[in-house]
Amino acid sequence: MSNSLRLSPEHKAFLHQVRLGQIRIRLTQLLILVTAFALWEFLADAKIVDPFITSQPSRVLKTIISLYEQGVLFYHIGITCLETVVGFLLGTVLGTLIAIILWWSEFLSKVLEPYLVILNSLPKIALGPVFIVWIGAGPAAIIVMTLAISLIVTVLEVVNGFWAIDQEKIKLVQTFGAGKFQILTKVLLPASLPTIINALKINVGLSWVGVIVGEFLVSKAGLGYLIVYGGQVFKLDLVMTSVIILGVAAFVMYQGVVLLEMLLVRRKAH
Amino acid sequence: MKDVVEVHNVGMKYQSLDGEITALTDINFGVRDGEFISIVGPSGCGKSTLLSIISGLLPSTSGSVFLGGEKVSGVSRKIGYMLQKDYLFEWRTILQNVMLGLEIRKAVTPEVKERAVEFLKTYGLYEFRNKYPGQLSGGMRQRAALIRTLMTDPEILLLDEAFAALDYQTRLAVNDDIYAIIKQENKTAIVVTHDIAESISMADRVIVLSKRPGTVKKIYDIALTCTERTPMSSREAPEFRHFFLGIWKELDVHVELA
Repeated sequence: MSNSLRLSPEHKAFLHQVRLGQIRIRLTQLLILVTAFALWEFLADAKIVDPFITSQPSRVLKTIISLYEQGVLFYHIGITCLETVVGFLLGTVLGTLIAIILWWSEFLSKVLEPYLVILNSLPKIALGPVFIVWIGAGPAAIIVMTLAISLIVTVLEVVNGFWAIDQEKIKLVQTFGAGKFQILTKVLLPASLPTIINALKINVGLSWVGVIVGEFLVSKAGLGYLIVYGGQVFKLDLVMTSVIILGVAAFVMYQGVVLLEMLLVRRKAH
Repeated sequence: MKDVVEVHNVGMKYQSLDGEITALTDINFGVRDGEFISIVGPSGCGKSTLLSIISGLLPSTSGSVFLGGEKVSGVSRKIGYMLQKDYLFEWRTILQNVMLGLEIRKAVTPEVKERAVEFLKTYGLYEFRNKYPGQLSGGMRQRAALIRTLMTDPEILLLDEAFAALDYQTRLAVNDDIYAIIKQENKTAIVVTHDIAESISMADRVIVLSKRPGTVKKIYDIALTCTERTPMSSREAPEFRHFFLGIWKELDVHVELA
């Protein structure tokens, strides 16, 4: 910081070069996006592709506006986002809790190992109809679906994180007389924070899968519902619009977790 | 004067599916108050196991350890333990790291915090109190680890290869540094090392352990002629090399040629 006042010309040139490189990457990224949409619009306009089947950006925009005017745009987005957030927070919290229990009791962890392996390899989507029958067609079933997809991954991820912690760090707190609970609070949890955040990142993606599959099956509201409904009535504009909104929402949520990571895991390296 | 540490016929057997390993057998020695003891031995002789038993972290399979006349069962509060690396927690500041032991013992009071600050001031880490371990040099980290140990006010310090992770030059400097602090705080210390020179340079007595199963082979009283004893000045004493050779022969190290 203090030496920023007197930079050497070489260092200035280096920093300039780095900044230039970053700008070039951003511009190219933007260019790809704009080109793709422009090409899509042009091909549909020129009737080279059938806009009835492929839709087109201007139609997507119109659909968004019409959804907004009907007052349902944020309703559908809100429902899907809420289900996703609840699903992935619950998945992370429950997953971490179960991981703690498995770490606490070696017996339990050994007993449950084969079951975890089976649950991990089972395609959880197959359980969708079961959840709907048991819980009823609604947001609850969708959240359970999301949980089913993200929970086991979180448990395995966090448990492995616990086992990867240097045993000597645990020995250190034991020399001060720490019991199991203090090992957990003073070493395991703070040391595993990066692992838990990582699980959170994976869960964001998995939760979207769970929510959309859930909405496909339950179909009352949400972006997944719009996609299925649009497909059934052959309104591809609605399908494409929903997919694009979904992409943006998923991106924003992921960035949110990245921001959380920057706030929580501030490892001072130098 | 009574010994502050008494080790009586301590033996340790590890059980595994492949069988039984006798790590230590019939260990006997005592440590006087304020004394600095080094334990050397060939690798795998159970030096670290012995320290774990003295601290109460590991129950021995036979014999017993007394600290200040009390039989050890479970981790003793009289003990301060230093491990091979500093293991400062990277998510805690230096001040928070130093407070760890008392936090675990639920003994954090404003006075204690003041004491931590005093320690950091005395040993030149005050400006770094709000920094994270990654921002400190190896020597400073070691010093912070020692202060963390001293904060719980132990009577006896156990150092398990505490300098092994440092490079040679830093290690020599840290030897002097830690030795001075331990002497200044008037602590009894038991140091485990595989470095013969290090063991002589710091200790009043050197205990040589045999190959596995480890047992006390010989105890050397280190009497050196130097005006003011530090680990560095010890290395210059004329008797140093005699002790070195003696211990080297006692250790009986061979390189097995395949």
